[in-house]
Amino acid sequence: MSEFENTIHTICESYGGDRARMMDIVRDVHEKYGCCSGKAMNLIARGTGAHRVEVQSVVTFYAFYSEKPKGRVVIRLCNDIVDTMFGIEHVARAFSEELGIGFGETTADGRFTLEYTPCIGMSDQAPAALINEVVVTSLSSDSVRGIVRTLRESGDPQKLVRRLGDGNNAHKLVRAMVQNGLRKKGPVVFAEMESGNALRKALALSPVEVIRDIKTARLRGRGGAGFPAGMKWEFTRAADGDRKFVMCNADEGEPGTFKDRVILTERADLMLEGMAIAGYAIGAQEGIIYLRGEYAYLRKFLENVIENRRRDGFLGKDILGKKGFHFDVRIQLGAGAYVCGEETALISSCEGLRGDPKTRPPFPAQKGYLEQPTVVNNVETFCCVARILEKGPGWFVEMGSKGSPGTKVLSISGDCNSPGVYEFPMGVTMAEVLREAGADDVQAVQVGGPSREIVGPEGFERVICFDDLATGGAIVILNSSRNITEMARKYMDFFVEESCGYCTPCRVGNVLMMKKLEDILDGKGQLSDLDYLHDLAETVKTASRCGLGQASPNPILTTLERFRPFYEKLLRTHPKNFDPSFDLRAAVAEAEGLVGRKSAAIET
Amino acid sequence: MTDSITISIDGVEIPAETHHTILEAADKAGIYIPRLCAYPGLKPNGSCRVCTVLVNGRPQTACTTPVMKGMVIQNETPELKRLRSNLIEMLFVEGNHYCMFCEKSGNCELQGMAYRLGIKTPHFPYLEPKREIDATHPDVLIDHNRCIFCGRCIQASKTFDGKNVFQYIGRTRNKKVGVNADDGLGETDFAATDRAAQVCPVGAILKKRVGFKIPIGKRIYDRSPIGSEIEVQPKDAGSAQ
Amino acid sequence: MEKPKVATTSLAGCFGCHMSLLDIDERILQLIDLVDFNKSPINDIKTFTARCAVGLIEGGCCNEENVHVLQLFREHCDILISVGDCATMGGIPAWRNTLPLKECLDEAYLNGPTVHNPSGLIPNDPELPLILNKVYPCHEVVKIDYFIPGCPPSADALWAALTALLSGKPVDLPYELLKYD
Repeated sequence: MSEFENTIHTICESYGGDRARMMDIVRDVHEKYGCCSGKAMNLIARGTGAHRVEVQSVVTFYAFYSEKPKGRVVIRLCNDIVDTMFGIEHVARAFSEELGIGFGETTADGRFTLEYTPCIGMSDQAPAALINEVVVTSLSSDSVRGIVRTLRESGDPQKLVRRLGDGNNAHKLVRAMVQNGLRKKGPVVFAEMESGNALRKALALSPVEVIRDIKTARLRGRGGAGFPAGMKWEFTRAADGDRKFVMCNADEGEPGTFKDRVILTERADLMLEGMAIAGYAIGAQEGIIYLRGEYAYLRKFLENVIENRRRDGFLGKDILGKKGFHFDVRIQLGAGAYVCGEETALISSCEGLRGDPKTRPPFPAQKGYLEQPTVVNNVETFCCVARILEKGPGWFVEMGSKGSPGTKVLSISGDCNSPGVYEFPMGVTMAEVLREAGADDVQAVQVGGPSREIVGPEGFERVICFDDLATGGAIVILNSSRNITEMARKYMDFFVEESCGYCTPCRVGNVLMMKKLEDILDGKGQLSDLDYLHDLAETVKTASRCGLGQASPNPILTTLERFRPFYEKLLRTHPKNFDPSFDLRAAVAEAEGLVGRKSAAIET
Repeated sequence: MTDSITISIDGVEIPAETHHTILEAADKAGIYIPRLCAYPGLKPNGSCRVCTVLVNGRPQTACTTPVMKGMVIQNETPELKRLRSNLIEMLFVEGNHYCMFCEKSGNCELQGMAYRLGIKTPHFPYLEPKREIDATHPDVLIDHNRCIFCGRCIQASKTFDGKNVFQYIGRTRNKKVGVNADDGLGETDFAATDRAAQVCPVGAILKKRVGFKIPIGKRIYDRSPIGSEIEVQPKDAGSAQ
Repeated sequence: MEKPKVATTSLAGCFGCHMSLLDIDERILQLIDLVDFNKSPINDIKTFTARCAVGLIEGGCCNEENVHVLQLFREHCDILISVGDCATMGGIPAWRNTLPLKECLDEAYLNGPTVHNPSGLIPNDPELPLILNKVYPCHEVVKIDYFIPGCPPSADALWAALTALLSGKPVDLPYELLKYD
């Protein structure tokens, strides 16, 4: 056996040759060789009993994996809308110039690869980039020169971290320059906690009573969809299964969302306590935290938190002396796929598959991870769970609004004086949020990321809650200098790039909407194009298989509804019924170049 | 264990058994719900979305949704027809479908569905992707230009043939059907006799050395629309609007 | 009463659709009772002499001249119909659309297995219209009112569509006549 074969064999063995751990195996191969080549895929197939094409289907699905070799240092510059607002083009140009390559390219010496990546959860310190697993924030063209110099000298991205961030960002297992930006601590998530308090109270109740408390608290999922958590738990508890699972969705990929990053950094204990309570309530012994690949820099730290909780008896066997209650947690790293934040896609990914959403029904509560009953909740939801058990459902429902009790942690970024993380009571008005964030010139606010809606000043008296302005946490503020239609274009581009491609409407419809939008923004649109966009959007919304596709027309639909004049002023009606999107000059340009003469027929 | 129940489709009450999907129940009752990716005997993917119906007002794919007592289903509404036309047109513009020289023309389910829906030409712009042809296998070729990502070949290879020749690779619009080998179908254990070679609804998987075998006029969809085989009262060859 | 005028043209097509129109056989006598042909290769009238009720377009747009002719038709005809797959979707000429233009020209004039071109030049007379970056279906260039697909559309399909249009009925093809091949 060659050394290469040996290494891959060992990697497969370290996961028991379990093909459900394909994500980890491929990741380890990447760490070692910078890619997962055809040769490696054959060996992984052999080492796991999977078929080569199944390995390839995983490798080619995730943005952080690659069949082709990449540079030893991969620079992924975040090109989210907020980064665009704060000078990404200068940063991008600086990277390109310093490295002598374009985006999507690798230097000839194989040292550097330069790429774009969607939101990495650093919108409040944009522009930001991931350099291998190291996060660099608040970039400027000046800092880029220094970064490239350091990387050329040392090859070690960790050397870029000169000043550590606040809180646990400075922890020896994190050592990141990331700032928490925690500006408003609320009573639920960011209040002080003592580990074990909530869990102890939960274990004094029966599992059914725990679920009853969650239902009494009317807790709804904090990821954005707002499904009642207690009901989800009840279904899962009632479902038949040899094993049951608790999954924590720490894959916040909705552009402009970064609150889970801060919760994971500062309140991982609270979240894990909530997971253990869920395990007790539904009868699960195993939990998985699906941590987005962008937050890999938190992995060692989180593993340490988990280890400490095992040591303290909050995880493991006979937890807190409760005979027969066993619960333990592992971390599953993602690899750059927004769709994996969708709960069934997340489950697929944990199973070592492409991050395709699953067919529903059956729902995860009946058949989830490994076909077993599974609860998937968001990071913040588990924190709420722990607090509800600690302080009681009555305490919880006194905060917030009737349909949405409790608090909501918001990630605020864009044009404001104080971007960062805020824990507000549910039911707070947008105006109040804007006031606290120090935003005085506001043209619009993108609430809940591109999946949700854009709100203009006429909507600032609306309130944050599941029944009005629902959001998984993202609040992006746009001042009067920002171009609304351009923002819609960027967000559509995001959906085009992040569609898993499983179903027709999302895979094709978004490309078609994007194309038409580009025509309009290029001044080649006509009035009937707006009906065309509405019709396409209706098909994509109605027919798409998962929440990604169903939400993907929203950047166009909500801007069209609330900022229609911005589109109308770009539209034309051709007097002769020609199609304004056809540009003869552009269509002959290539031929003109090839034959070396200009068209004589085009009037100038 | 099955129970007999009743559901309604476009106001017609039909019997169904609880282990059935809406699509199966409709088929048995002689009601055709348009579909492309579903195939008898294969686990439904729900990927083409053409069989989208309204179940108690909510859109669901008939091929993946189990029947439940009292379901009220809408199938033939102007809105759903519009939606299905859009989906079919999306599949046409997404690939490179040249019916005029495709061996499958006349027997192609995508084309047949477009005929049934009366589509004269897609109103979407052609995306004209650059895709490959895999001719490495001695008896069968894959023309990726014509693939509509129904997933039937993937499922059929596993379910019917006990092999694992195909799987999707890539994502977004760059996704394609990959084969279980480094260099093309020819290196796999695929055989022309595999069921996976027969189930392709379009001309993406074709047998070599077969050309325009059935004369025009005698092909499956020349005379009667796709779905006629299911409908109790086949749509007579009336106006396709 | 004056008969409605019909104009026809073949852009990037093979004239097969025009042949198919002639395939209506003896019905052509009925047709000339119904309409007058204006600009059309059928009567070899080169320029529009009057406004037309109907324009039939065969072929898509592969060069700048096609675009000009199509735009001319749009200006002179009340109703414009894309006839045949080349007009509706680019057809066989559009097969080049996935290839770079230079590769196409090199293959056609320099490298193709049957090419004999000792000069090694790609034809470039100023009279030659410039080729477009890709072949466009007609409705991506001007507004098209109706579509009759087929390669070619059958004579029956063309007859059905024309007679419906001339009698003020919607242009609906019966199932057997709607074909893409």
